[in-house]
Amino acid sequence: MISPLLVELSRWQFAATAMYHFLFVPLTLGLTWILVIMESVYVMTGNEIYRDMTKFWGKLFGINFALGVTTGLTMEFEFGTNWSYYSHYVGDVFGAPLAIEGLMAFFLESTFVGLFFLGWDRLSKRQHLAVTFFAALGSNLSAAWILVANGWMQNPVGSTFSPQTMRMELTSFAQVFFNPVAQVKFVHTVAAGYVTASMFVLGISAFYMLRGRDMGFAKRSFAIAAGFGLASVLSVIVLGDASGYTLGDVQKTKLAAIEAEYKTQAPPAAFTLFGIPDDKAMKTRYAIDIPAVLGLIATRSTTQKIEGIEELKVKHEKRIRSGMIAYADLQKIRAGDASATTKAEFDAHKADLGYGLLLKRYTNDVSKATDAQIKQAVSDTIPWVLPLFFSFRLMVGFGFLMLFLIAAAFYFTAVRKIQNQRWLLRILLWAIPIPWLSCELGWFVSEYGRQPWAIGEVLPTFLATSSLTVGDLVFSLTGFIGFYTFLLIIEIFLMVKFARLGPASLGTGRYFGETGGSKPTLTASPEPSLTPAE
Amino acid sequence: MILDYMTLKFIWWILVGALLIGFAITDGMDMGVGILLPFLGKSDDERRMIINTVGPHWDGNQVWLVTAGGAIFAAWPAVYAAAFSGFYMAMLLVLFALFFRPVGFDYRSKIESNRWRRAWDWGLFAGGAIPSLIFGVAFGNLLRGVPFYLDDMLRAHYQGALLTALLPLLNPFALLAGIISFAMLTMHGAVWLQLRTEAPVADRAKKAVTIMGLIAAACFAICGLWVAFGMDGYRIVTEPALGAMPNPLAKTVAVAPGAWLAIYSKVPVAILAPVAGFAGILLTILLSRAGRPGFAFVTSALGMTGIIGTAGLSMFPFIMPSSIRPNSSLTVWDATSSHLTLSVMFWAVVVLLPIVLAYTVWCYAHMWGKVTVAEIQARSHSAY
Repeated sequence: MISPLLVELSRWQFAATAMYHFLFVPLTLGLTWILVIMESVYVMTGNEIYRDMTKFWGKLFGINFALGVTTGLTMEFEFGTNWSYYSHYVGDVFGAPLAIEGLMAFFLESTFVGLFFLGWDRLSKRQHLAVTFFAALGSNLSAAWILVANGWMQNPVGSTFSPQTMRMELTSFAQVFFNPVAQVKFVHTVAAGYVTASMFVLGISAFYMLRGRDMGFAKRSFAIAAGFGLASVLSVIVLGDASGYTLGDVQKTKLAAIEAEYKTQAPPAAFTLFGIPDDKAMKTRYAIDIPAVLGLIATRSTTQKIEGIEELKVKHEKRIRSGMIAYADLQKIRAGDASATTKAEFDAHKADLGYGLLLKRYTNDVSKATDAQIKQAVSDTIPWVLPLFFSFRLMVGFGFLMLFLIAAAFYFTAVRKIQNQRWLLRILLWAIPIPWLSCELGWFVSEYGRQPWAIGEVLPTFLATSSLTVGDLVFSLTGFIGFYTFLLIIEIFLMVKFARLGPASLGTGRYFGETGGSKPTLTASPEPSLTPAE
Repeated sequence: MILDYMTLKFIWWILVGALLIGFAITDGMDMGVGILLPFLGKSDDERRMIINTVGPHWDGNQVWLVTAGGAIFAAWPAVYAAAFSGFYMAMLLVLFALFFRPVGFDYRSKIESNRWRRAWDWGLFAGGAIPSLIFGVAFGNLLRGVPFYLDDMLRAHYQGALLTALLPLLNPFALLAGIISFAMLTMHGAVWLQLRTEAPVADRAKKAVTIMGLIAAACFAICGLWVAFGMDGYRIVTEPALGAMPNPLAKTVAVAPGAWLAIYSKVPVAILAPVAGFAGILLTILLSRAGRPGFAFVTSALGMTGIIGTAGLSMFPFIMPSSIRPNSSLTVWDATSSHLTLSVMFWAVVVLLPIVLAYTVWCYAHMWGKVTVAEIQARSHSAY
């Protein structure tokens, strides 16, 4: 039997390496498009300040991108190193989007990103813009394929279990690709990345405006980020992936846990704004409810109900008992039983095989599990509600805060009074970490909310690990955290250094702090031929 | 067009091989350049010149490694599962070394401090030296057989943990294979530097080509003799139909002396692989010394293709033989994905890989020419 500590450490390692990776991904996803916008304006107007903007924000992009690549390498190999049984069990389905991600997206992004940094003198204006565009397209396509893979973990469509090969096998690639969970996740995730990049550019531009330096540069950057950010933050909120939570039992359980919906309410369900969820008592203390809102958001209807945890548990127990039959038949088939009755019985119960495997945590002989063991497995099917409940609310709260800030930034830019709104500029500067917090909270909700499953309803997390030792994991987890933290400190040091230095870091002699007696408000060309793009 | 299962399994053996060779030619070159960096660059300008020969391309090149990993996951999930966890400590060493590269390239020249830049130079060295050595060591261990077995649920188990898992991998044969890989990638990187830098770095690179080429050829010859006379190979005794649903436990395998040479008598044309290995390296040395690094780059790629091909062909159809329970060995026929997945992935490669190659060539063409110290000084704020 697999050591519970090994499972725990493997989960911590995956969570830590994935969350570190996602410190760098959202900025890449969004900043590339902001660079495309800036450079497009440069190509259209020929105004050099937009080229300097592309180069300067591109420099900060590069500092971030390097660590995105570094931490991304781990993700490509970690399924094999640490989730070996997972890799065997679902590689037939899960490996394909990862491989195609490499071929279609990561190659595109990485091949062109080098020319983005170093090809300015070698390419024509239009060629360089094309290079920037392809790098942006590549990074976003990359997110699409990764989220197809992740969406399949949440809602494993287009595949079936094969007792001969003892693994999940692909039945329809189109279903895996057009998995509705993957689609909503993709839109939500990339839009969150766009918001992150917008908040980043807004915050740093606000810093220059507060200091009264590089005003022309800062105001133009600010305007582009405000426009791009407003569209993005509206997408994140309006197209939030709540609609994906009604598909499949795992997503339903996650929704019930996020909303601390212990008992099924009469539709449309009320939304609990705040409260203290108590799993033991199966109720939320000090709850503040808003009638009907949850039902409307999650089901887009007033008549569909949202299943509560109690009801889900009853369903899960049935599925576990059915899974025990599937497991017993599987053993027979693997031992050579080729009779039609066994096969028919197995096929009838095979959708619940994963639920049967949940019992492996308590007994090796799944088909003979006791009622007490079944009860334990049933309670395992519901993740701990409290952290999900609060993480989700914090994420949404941050989302609305950013909506307010970006909308205000957009409004004052449009009426050309932004440099006087020192309160807003100050808040924007200090708000730079908020999109990152929201992104991390979002992933926590999505992946912790998927527990106890590695692949929803198919493969329990504790079965998915490699046959390593606790010593191996202590070594690697320490190594990853130590190494990543070391690199993160260097990254933040460089980011702060270059953000403070500002466009002067390009060495053009046109910006604040450079020799030649430049004034704080110096702009690149005498007067911009276009007003700041909005 | 529908290809039958057996044909697809075979095609995927070739495709994974092609991705590994693509990795050696492109990213292997960057690793070779990283290894040579501290030794061929005597001043900061010279070192920046060296770095900027691969500066615009290393990231795209690295995707060959990432895609090879993804392709093994998709096409050979059993190998991805067993090899990456079985070689856990070695994989971590490779990963940790690779971490130095993206940050090394991008961060190194952002700060004007000698200590800072020297530190990243050694980081780039480690990022080239450790993976190139370990990849060879891994191949050496595949040839010897890996101490793992599959249980009846097809979960892979291994012997050892931490150092007791790592040290047995560093046996003399595997280390010799590691030196081949290290020397050939360094030779390849040196050819690139001879092609893309100006004197005196290019002259130093030329010397490195000869030294590394001779080491690679000599070790390749010793490894060949060792495989022929000094160690056992693996041989399939009975197996299910090659187009059957893959089940790694359904065959029987015997350990036999000289089994790794069987392919060369069964399919005599296979001998072209080792011949290309030796000929490629020797031609590379000659062409480099004759001042023709462009041609030398092509022969160097040919030599590496020959060497990697030799390892793959000698083991065929084995991918990962098991030394403790030979029947658990993974082969081209029984470690693969389903027919549908292999098919989908095959068409993905057919459509996408030519596009990748086309824009890669476009990018190299636009950045072509010798990188000079004068150019680095002129672009000091933007160059790596």
